[in-house]
Amino acid sequence: MLNYIIRRILYALPILAGVNLITFVLFFVVNTPDDMARMHLGTKHVTGEAIWKWKEEHGYNKPLLYNETAHRFEKFTNTIFFEKSVSMFVFDFGRADDGRDIAYEIQSRMWPSLAIALPVFLLGLLTYITFALVMVFFRATYVDFWGVILCVMLMSVSSLFYIIGGQFLAGKLWHLVPVSGYGSGLDIGRFLLLPIVIGVISSAGANTRWYRTLFLEEITRDYVRTARAKGLSESAILFRHVLKNALIPILTGAVAVIPLLFLGGLITESFFGIPGLGSYTIDAIQSQDFAVVRAMVFLGSLLYIIGLVLTDISYTLADPRVRLE
Amino acid sequence: MKKIWLQSVRAYDCLTLICSIIKRVFRPGRTISLTTGLFFLNAILSGCTGIWNNPYPAADSGKNILYSAFAERPKHLDPVQSYSSNEIQFTAQIYQPPLQYHFLKRPLTLIPQTASNLPAVSYFDSNDKQLPADAADADIAYSIYKIAIKPGIFYQPHPAFARNENRSLLYHALTAQDMQPVHKISDFKHTGTRELVADDFIYQIKRLAHPGLHSPIFGLMADYITGLREYANVLKRQAEIQPENSFLDLRNFPLAGVERVDDYTYHIRIKGKYPQFIYWLTMAFFAPVPWEADHFFSQPGMAEKNFTLDWYPVGTGPYMLTENNPNRIMVLERNPNFRGEYYPDDGMPEDINKGLLRDAGKPLPFIDKIVYSREKESIPYWNKFLQGYYDASSIGSDSFDQAVQITGQGEATITDEMEAQGIRLETAVAPSTYYIGFNMLDPVVGGRSEAEKASARKLRQAISIAVNYEEYLSIFANGRGIAAHGPIPPGIEGYHEGETGINPIVYAWQNGEVQRKSIRQAQALLAEAGYPGGISRKTGKPLMLYYDVTSRSADDRSILDWMRKQFHKLNIQLVVRSTDYNRFQDKIRKGNAQIFEWGWNADYPDPENFLFLLYGPQGKVADSGENAANYDNAEYNHLFEQMKNMEHGPQRVQIIDRMVTILREDAPWLWGYHPKEFALYHAWYQNVKPNRMAYNMLKYYRINPELRDQKRSEWNQPVLWPIGTGMVLLIVVLLPAWLMYRRKQQQQSIAALLN
Repeated sequence: MLNYIIRRILYALPILAGVNLITFVLFFVVNTPDDMARMHLGTKHVTGEAIWKWKEEHGYNKPLLYNETAHRFEKFTNTIFFEKSVSMFVFDFGRADDGRDIAYEIQSRMWPSLAIALPVFLLGLLTYITFALVMVFFRATYVDFWGVILCVMLMSVSSLFYIIGGQFLAGKLWHLVPVSGYGSGLDIGRFLLLPIVIGVISSAGANTRWYRTLFLEEITRDYVRTARAKGLSESAILFRHVLKNALIPILTGAVAVIPLLFLGGLITESFFGIPGLGSYTIDAIQSQDFAVVRAMVFLGSLLYIIGLVLTDISYTLADPRVRLE
Repeated sequence: MKKIWLQSVRAYDCLTLICSIIKRVFRPGRTISLTTGLFFLNAILSGCTGIWNNPYPAADSGKNILYSAFAERPKHLDPVQSYSSNEIQFTAQIYQPPLQYHFLKRPLTLIPQTASNLPAVSYFDSNDKQLPADAADADIAYSIYKIAIKPGIFYQPHPAFARNENRSLLYHALTAQDMQPVHKISDFKHTGTRELVADDFIYQIKRLAHPGLHSPIFGLMADYITGLREYANVLKRQAEIQPENSFLDLRNFPLAGVERVDDYTYHIRIKGKYPQFIYWLTMAFFAPVPWEADHFFSQPGMAEKNFTLDWYPVGTGPYMLTENNPNRIMVLERNPNFRGEYYPDDGMPEDINKGLLRDAGKPLPFIDKIVYSREKESIPYWNKFLQGYYDASSIGSDSFDQAVQITGQGEATITDEMEAQGIRLETAVAPSTYYIGFNMLDPVVGGRSEAEKASARKLRQAISIAVNYEEYLSIFANGRGIAAHGPIPPGIEGYHEGETGINPIVYAWQNGEVQRKSIRQAQALLAEAGYPGGISRKTGKPLMLYYDVTSRSADDRSILDWMRKQFHKLNIQLVVRSTDYNRFQDKIRKGNAQIFEWGWNADYPDPENFLFLLYGPQGKVADSGENAANYDNAEYNHLFEQMKNMEHGPQRVQIIDRMVTILREDAPWLWGYHPKEFALYHAWYQNVKPNRMAYNMLKYYRINPELRDQKRSEWNQPVLWPIGTGMVLLIVVLLPAWLMYRRKQQQQSIAALLN
């Protein structure tokens, strides 16, 4: 397994370099270094001299990808792309264009993101699987029928509606929780309550239907028929055997997203005033802060790769027949 | 865990199992549902105050705190760099420039802040001979601004000033290792202060040229402050030879344009005559910065923890920044060393009736603490304002109808619902102008030959009549703005009310009211321009014009459709070219746009700050200036040069009037509108008088926390029945299923027994 993991890590390097290059090209197709300077210097009284000075200060006064005036390897190394990219591979994200340390920002913002994303993930998984099992348990009864209808209804509503509706009902109308905001220490609990509940509900429809489909497919298998013939109760069959055998597709969907939980959710964090990482990238794109954009894309790619490796490893734990070689 | 799982499966039915999972994971031993449990948990966390939705700590109830919000995190809090309003709302409370605007007097009046009186200005010729105040502009080689500051002003407590027993600075020889246990500024045990001196103002002026800082006004000021541009080169050379990121001690490098006379007096030397310079002295660019702070933050290990002067301002103002988490919360607290400033005892006659002089003569500030929470979305902000958790709010288009009603006379008043809550409305026309510009370099709307120019002028005049800004404001801005008759907004010298102020090209004065000219008159002008019925006489083809805008959301499409319709009144086809902001700016810079939207917020309340936007040598294409229309009229340029250096008075107004007349005739802009800002304030928020030019108003505001607490408690009692109803509903829905399951289980057991 160790060889496999090492091999996957080595594969990750060219993938990350490629992602970095694509991000770089896409960003600079839309924004030139001059545009970035203007965005940061404001719209009033901006002189050519000020733009030149800003670019020099921030290292954007070099060619993007190829430096014709340089010699040998410096043709490639004395460029914005090389200078801004290499440091990322040692996790030196540098400074945002407003001077803030990006690594420090990521460290401080990932915890609020995680404080919402992790409970939503765990509670959601528990709720969706439970709900799906209940529907399968009561298949072909009114519980299943209305359950599916409920799922379709939940799927049909945009997540923004859940947020605004939830804030309106629980926060504004019933005064049960703060409409938005964030605290410190234990106090964060009451701010997280509503976003967590909304996070779980807003994804319930699609996920429950997905798990229901998995379980329905599973209960037609031979081993289920054998278990029934042995006289096992339906609940024991579902919770002891079906759930265990359906783990592989569940893990495929669930484990890969675990590392990405750090990155948070854009709309939820924005509406609830949660100081997480979710809106960090969007803010950076809007303010044309390439340093932050590339750091966040790099981090996202890296975490996704880690998620995929973890998924592979989790297969071996769920199913002893799977070997990573 | 596995054992418990299996036992549970055997012992209970499916629903009991679900409950046991939930109970095990969340609240072992409890039989209440998860949701109910969480809401009760919320009640406990709320401090059992009886209000569950209070976003602030229960301990802060009843305290003299103002609650506000910010949508966008400030990029810079260094007074040499901050320029946006979302940055100045903080820096203006912390830093004290020499001058400020009077809180109550209108038109805006300059008064001293840290200065002991308004600066005395002297003019000199090239032989250093002093000239009289009325000397001709051409004779003046330079001006000297003599600024005397008040003694006895002290900086906020800060570790940068802390000294040991030997009176040497305590935290000025820190190493990266010393910084390891420090996570916030308050982790430094000792603080100190010192008196404000003239050198601090000089130090800040020097910082405008600092190679590591990007002052947005450096380019402008380098044209005026003697030696500032050369000074920047000196500093740059020095920065190159000294170690990277080390402290560049500006005290060692003299700047020709500033002179220290004594501890409380300094002079600024300005090239030629620049009367508008006095307005810059109200801005934080010219506020004092102590060298100790600059040195303190330049030490190793500081920047890695985001400890910079850009994030932790050090000033003499009424407030100091005690918490800076721009992702969530920023807190200003009363500066214990601030004293000596009092609420004004004179204002406008109407201020007495409005109760704005009740606090006359009382020491400032009134509020102890201001908590700014980050609120990126308008909906939660608005809801929290209505619940009493924000003390003031602007009005978005979504909430306009809920908040404001327009009377039959067109006057905006608060709705009954808001009035019942004690909320009041304050309105003010902003010193801004939003206009549509014609690129005068374009052959169709600007013209090249004299004949073409005359024809293009008629075309622009026709369009000016056709585009009905009164309608625009009514449809798209809920009446929040006034249609502009020229570039100068209300409240600025040169703006006239009534008949004398109308633009006679677009409007007529009839029966004591201003009336937009008819579309027939516009069509006649269009025909004179060579486009009868919107068809070009030369080519026989319909006239097609291009309107450049920045990318619009789907919501704004109706505005663009409306604009097309306005042009269509003249049978002109308007093609909208929407592009991203960068490309849009690029088009403007290169002169590739034909008709474009633009706007300007005043830096200071002087007509020069608007009229220069159409001054020829400020052309965007030729000179990279601010004249985006590239308008160039010799008479106008000459009058501008004459007007800009004149003292306020009737003679100046006369010249401004002539300039505005030229502009109206030439119509290089559709004059657009001046936005009117509406803001709502709760009953406990007092001493509010809108002033869009000054930002250091927090010290005058007053809060009644007792009334706020009482209202919050009235408005926010938790409503619990929905939780109970939800639980009952869930049981009702699941009970038949549970019964069905039980029946099925019993049947299976009987069948097993029978077999």
